This record gives sequence, C-alpha cells and structure tokens, in this order.
Amino acid sequence: MSAVIENHHEDHHHGPAKGITRWLYTTNHKDIGTLYLWFSFAMFLIGGAMAMVIRAELFQPGMQIVEPEFYNQMITLHGLIMIFGGVMPAFVGLANWLVPMMIGAPDMALPRMNNLSFWILPFAFFILLSSLFMEGGAPNFGWTFYAPLSTTYAPPSVTFFIFSVHIMGASSIMGAINVVVTIMNMRAPGVGLMKMPLFVWSWLITAYLLIAVMPVLAGAVTMMLMDIHFGTSFFNAAGGGDPVLFQHIFWFFGHPEVYIMILPAFGIVSHIIETFSRKQLFGYSSMVWAMLSIAILSFVVWAHHMFTVGLPLAAEIFFMWATMLIAVPTGVKVFNWVATMFRGSITFETPMLFALAFVVLFTIGGLSGLMLAIVPADFQYHDTYFVVAHFHYVLVPGAIFSIMAAVYYWIPKWTGNMYDERLGKLHFWLSFTGVNVTFFPQHFIGLAGMPRRYPDYALQFADWNMVSSVGAFLFGFSQLLFLFIVLKTVMGGKKATAQVWEGAKGLEWSVASPAPYHTFSTPPKID
Amino acid sequence: MTFKLLENLNKKIIFPLLVLASPLVKADWFALNMTRGITDISNEVFELHMLIFWICVVIGVLVFGVMFYSMWAHTKKKNPVPAKFHENHKLEIAWTIIPFLILIAMAVPASKTLVKIYDDEAGDINIQVTGYQWKWQYRYLEDGVSFFANLSTDLDEIYNLVPKGENYLQEVDEMVVIPAGKKVRFLITANDVIHSWWMPAFAIKQDAIPGFVNTAWTVVDQPGIYRGKCTELCGKNHGFMPIVVKVVEQAEYDEWVFNKKQEAIKLAELTTKEWSTAELNERGEGIYEVNCVACHQTEGQGIAGIFPALAGSEIALNNKEKHIEILMEGVQGAAMNSFDYLSEVELAAVITYTRQAWGNAENGDGEIVIPKDIVDYKEPKI
Repeated sequence: MSAVIENHHEDHHHGPAKGITRWLYTTNHKDIGTLYLWFSFAMFLIGGAMAMVIRAELFQPGMQIVEPEFYNQMITLHGLIMIFGGVMPAFVGLANWLVPMMIGAPDMALPRMNNLSFWILPFAFFILLSSLFMEGGAPNFGWTFYAPLSTTYAPPSVTFFIFSVHIMGASSIMGAINVVVTIMNMRAPGVGLMKMPLFVWSWLITAYLLIAVMPVLAGAVTMMLMDIHFGTSFFNAAGGGDPVLFQHIFWFFGHPEVYIMILPAFGIVSHIIETFSRKQLFGYSSMVWAMLSIAILSFVVWAHHMFTVGLPLAAEIFFMWATMLIAVPTGVKVFNWVATMFRGSITFETPMLFALAFVVLFTIGGLSGLMLAIVPADFQYHDTYFVVAHFHYVLVPGAIFSIMAAVYYWIPKWTGNMYDERLGKLHFWLSFTGVNVTFFPQHFIGLAGMPRRYPDYALQFADWNMVSSVGAFLFGFSQLLFLFIVLKTVMGGKKATAQVWEGAKGLEWSVASPAPYHTFSTPPKID
Repeated sequence: MTFKLLENLNKKIIFPLLVLASPLVKADWFALNMTRGITDISNEVFELHMLIFWICVVIGVLVFGVMFYSMWAHTKKKNPVPAKFHENHKLEIAWTIIPFLILIAMAVPASKTLVKIYDDEAGDINIQVTGYQWKWQYRYLEDGVSFFANLSTDLDEIYNLVPKGENYLQEVDEMVVIPAGKKVRFLITANDVIHSWWMPAFAIKQDAIPGFVNTAWTVVDQPGIYRGKCTELCGKNHGFMPIVVKVVEQAEYDEWVFNKKQEAIKLAELTTKEWSTAELNERGEGIYEVNCVACHQTEGQGIAGIFPALAGSEIALNNKEKHIEILMEGVQGAAMNSFDYLSEVELAAVITYTRQAWGNAENGDGEIVIPKDIVDYKEPKI
C-alpha cells in the first residue's frame, strides 16, 4: 500500500481537471460522491413530481387529472425511481465521500470501476423514463412487478424496464464491491474492525446485502424476459409455471433491499446523535451486533410480504415469528440512541433535528411494521393504505430524512461553507409537518379499508385523502427550499472550521474544510 | 383488562376531543380505525389488532417519553457538562429480553387465531370465485348457479359529470348471496392476472392466482349487505372491481337459487330463437360495455400499443371465422383471454355488434353471427 501512496505523492497538490471532463473521467471518490448525490437529488425531484401527480389525482374522489392507465404508470415509476434512483444512489454517494475519509484511506480501492458504476446509472434511468413516451406507455404493474401482470399482460416497454433494472443492478453490485474492498483493505493502520465508525460498519453490511441480493433481482427480471420473448413458462401457470414463484424470488431480493435502504441511515443517525449530544455513543458493539442480526434476519422473513398468497400454515407461523424477531435488534438500536442522548449536552442544529425526527418517525414505522407481522391482522392490513403509510414512514422520514441530516451534517466539510441555519431549520419544520400530514392520515384510510394502488376511491375515504394530498404538496414544494439551501452553501457562506461541530469525532473532521481533493495520501496516525 | 380501559379512554375522551378540534365535522373524519368484524373470526382479528395497537402505543409512549425528557432536561443550556457513561450490560440484556417476551405474548394469540382461520374442512356451500380483468365470477358448486359481478357505478359518476351515489365504487350489478348461519367456503382463483378477494367484514383476504385455488371460509350470522374490494394490482381497472355479499335467511336463499335457475333456463331458450341484426346489435352493445370496453374503448379504437383497435380491424371487417375463434380461444401471449364462458347468445351478439358498429358494417362484409354459429364452433371437430 505504501507504494501506491508514494506514486500519488507527486500530484498531491494537483486539483481536479477543468470542465466537463473532470466529471466524465473522474476517479476521485469525492467527485464521484458528488455526482451520485446530485444524480439522486435529480431523481428525487422527478420521482417526487410523480408523487405530486398521484396525490393530485387522489385529492378528490372521481377521475380528474389522469386516466387509471397513466396513474398505474406513475405509481410504478415513482416507486422504482425513488428506490433505485433516489435513496440507493444517495447512500452510495455518501459512502464515496465519507468511507475513505473515515477510515483514513486516500480513495476508494477501485476508482475506475467507481467511475463506471456511476456513469451507467444515468443511462439506466434514461431508458426507464423514455418508456413513458413509448407506444403502450411506461411499465404499469407497480414497482413490485408481479407476474403475470408484468409478463403476459405488460406493455411492450417492459423489455426496456428489464434492461434498465439490469443496468441498475450492475451499478449497485460494482458500488458494493468497491465499498467492501475499500473497507477490508484500505483502513489506516490502527483502524481495527471494531474501531470503525458506525457509518462504515453500516455500509460494510449493506454492501454484503447488495452483493447477495442484486443478482437475485437480475435473475427474476431475466426469467421475465425469457417468459415474454423466448417462450418459457417460469411464471405462467398455463405452461406449468408458478406466478407465486415470482413473488418468492422478488421478495428474497426485496426484503434485504428494505434494509439496504435503512442500514446506512442507522450509521448516519448514530454519528449525528453522538455529536450533538456531546456524549459517547451508549453501546458501540451492541449497535454493530444489532445491524448484523438485522442483516442476517432479513434473509428469512421475505414471505411476510406474501401472507395472503395462500402459504401453508407452518410457513405463515414461521415467517410471522421470524419477522417479529427483527423488532429485538431494531429496538436495541432505538434504545441506544435514546441512552446516548440521556444526560448528554444536547443542541438542536438542523442535522440533529432531522436525526431526532428520524428516531421518532422511524420508530412509528417500525411499530406499524410489528402490527403488520401479525398474520391474522395482516389479512386486514395487507395491500391497504396502512401498508403505504408504514413503508413511507420508514422510507421518507426514515431513509430520506437521514440523507438530509447527512447533507446538513457534512456539507460544511464538503464545501467549506456553513449552510444557512435559519433556512435549514425552516426546511426541517416544513418537511416534518409535510411528512406527517401526508402519511399519518394514510394509517386511518388504510384501516378504514382503502386498498393501495387505487386511482379512485369510495366516498368515506375522501376527507383524509384530501388532508394527505395537502401534506404531500407541502412536503414536495419544501424540497425546492432544500435545493436552494444546498446551492447557496455551495456558492458561499460562513467559512467552516476543520472541526465544524463542537462534539464531532472521527478522521473526516481532522482534515481541512473543504476537504482537499486528495486526503490521507499518507495514512493518519491513530491513537 | 387494561386494554379495554384504554379502548374506553379512546372512545370517551380522545374521540370527543377530536370532534371539538375539528371544525369540519363529518362522519368520515371518524373513519380512523378498522371496523369491528361481524363473524367470530373477524372479531378475533379485530381484538388482535387492538391488542397489538395498544402494545405499540405503550412502547411508543415509554421510549418517546424518555427521549423527550432528555431533549427537555439535557440540553446544553441545562446540562453543560455531558455525563460520561456508556455500556451497561444489565440494561442492555434487559432491553433485549423484555421486548422478546412482549413479542412472544403477542405471537401466541396471533398463532392461535391463525390456526382457526386455517381450518380447511368443506363448507355447507362452496363457491368458486374467479378474478377476471376486471370483474368477479361466482360459481355455486352445489347449486349450479353461476354469474359475473361487474361494477355498476356509472362512468359519469366516475368522471364527475353527475353527483356520486352513496355506494360509489362499492356497488355491483349482481351480489353474491349466501345464507346466514351456514359455513360458506370460497375457492378463490383467477383467469388472467393475480387479483385478491377482500371482504373486511369477514376478515378474508385471499389472493386469486391463475392456476391455483386458494380457500377461505366464513359463517355469517347477521343478514345484511357487506362490501369489499380487489386488493392486488391487476391492471388499469384494479380500483373498479368491488365485491358485494348479501347475507340472507335460508328461505330467501333457496328462493334466490330457484330464480337464478329459472333465469338460466330462459337464457338457454334464447339460443334457438330467430335473431334479427338489430336485436343482436342491441344486446351486443350491452355486453360490449361490460366486457370489452375497458380495453377496446368506447369507439372500438383500443389503446395504441397495448389493446388493438376493433374499428377497422381486418378480422372484424372480413374474417368472421377468425373473429369467433379469437373470442373462444383468446390470443396466446397477449392480454386477450378466452371469453368462452359467455353464453352462445352473448357471444353471437357481441361479435355481431363489433362487426356492425363504428362503420365496420360499411367498410367490411358486414356479416352477422347468430347463436347457432357459436354452437357449431363448439361441436367437436373431427
């Protein structure tokens, strides 16, 4: 490793290349991190615009704005874009920026692959979005694309969707391999596994999950491709296949995928709560073990998405108990955060506000998840707005709030400028209000009996749907403020110190703000 | 039990507070919770739901209570020097074991109810429920009754041209009738894509999967009309295929079965009747509106790229034999399924209609199809 460092020493003080080629050819982890973050923000806005279409249609009963056919395309693309284009690339961007700096490495281990894994993503989403303009329209079978609705009965654009998912999968796998190799090989001397910052731990586990399940997703879409074009009958009952097989394969990918979208958030929130409580994290090793347990359990709970497909009794009971078991390590994490705050010395800067909202609202999402695990009750909840409320609570004020918290927390390190605290707080309160007004009433709508993926609904659901839509517009438009705050911080602002936050600990705070283009060309000394 | 107490608290204090707080008091603002079921099983499910709900509330209150206390009492202003403690094995073991015990306390009653739900003995009455894009078919296996249930809400209501009725999107042209107090078993399957048959009042939600038969059962003591919905995304009219079950006393049920059988006999007689083009057209239009319009659209124009147009289609213009074959066999690998479950009269009428409407009669051979053509098609070919 020292040989590598020697070679790099020559261009240590060289800045980035100029112009567009800087971004196209870059192998620098910070540049690639920035690309990932901007890309995910663009996707967040596009997926968000689709959510606005959905909520506008649901503002009142009756069909007003779009046709059911187009509505189905919106819910499908909204889900796919937010998951694969919004949340996942944002976490990869954060990993790129932070993992090397946190472990005292000069860059990611595989910088050229890093460039490739980012630059294929825009093509994947270009293909996916272009399907909107194809004959027959975009994919309209929901982001879970259950066969045979997504095979025999799908619009022709499904083939483009399959190709696009393949590219996203390849990108994710490359990104994950890069993270694993970096963490395993490039830690500065003295950074033992059990000394790694929790964000690094959370990403190490996430990366393994990605490597395990993205090929499963690729397998599922390839089987669809075969069914559609090459006459196989994997999922076609008439040809001896099994539509339920699709769901087993999909959710074997899908459930670990859920934790892929939340584990890095656990890491981020742990750092932020520690910093703004000015107190050491209560239980570092139990946090690591909790994440490992959650990751392992995520492989044996997939069928809780399928309680109504007619599984045998023994399977229902096994998956119910296994699912409920996940509440134990998740509880450990929440208790740890609370214990960290307890008798700390707390201040409420924007990142802390987002992190605290994360703890409360993610816990609400976790508790409704526990309710969903109770199979007989799930017969009533399944595929209603109660489920929509549940997973939006863990994904929006869960995953997305943690990403926003991370941006506010580390942006002074990235840009060298402090963000506008007053605007940051305003953004927080608008988002917090918007999220709750949007998604809390969806619990009511779901329990009262409104199924998900309905473009129109019976009259008794009208009032809370209207409230939910108002909340969605508030949340949606508040994100333009976020864009403004980030741009303002990039352009200028109060200069940040290297330390930035009084209570911050970790190697990334030991380098100047903004972080130099190359950091840790020689490994740091760890005490 | 404390849980009853909390429920009372909810009813007597929290709900009235909501009334006061809401300036727009309407009945629907109170559609906040699952409705209590009307069968033993659905009541048990409701109790489980309330139990787990209150457990979650208590956990939430405890955890957030400590957290909010910290946020209030342990700010930098009030507590400038943070404590130094971390890791406490006793505490950590406690907060692992206690949740584990709570989970077991919840999982045990849930498993017991589940075992009851999974009883798979035959019913007094067995009804095969088949999901189609976008309607339900019901076949009474013992009584030989069979029919389709379509959404009966008018399109004008959906497109806001007229006021919406009380049962907007929750009404069908033919209700499933079952007798009170009898064990009714539903054998649930599908013809095209996956649907899901959900009747909240019975706590039944079973996916309808092509090629597989799922079962569910219920005993309803209370006569009445109960409404449910399709809960698995099944294409564009997923939101428009409701379920309505009417529970009646045994005598009324017997009478209903008798009438349905008479109807079927009358329908069969129609096959041998002499049909005029106008009669077939008139009947065909109604069948088209129920069965075909969702895909092929009101003017037969279809939807480019997914659903072919019938207006001006070569088959509808000049190829009567192929036209019959498509309706009888469906199109392999496409969304067009076989409609051989329609009666001969219905098939003849709807084929005639699509060969006559939208200028097809003028642009093509204008040949009509009579019920006998369908009967002939069905004859075994040697």
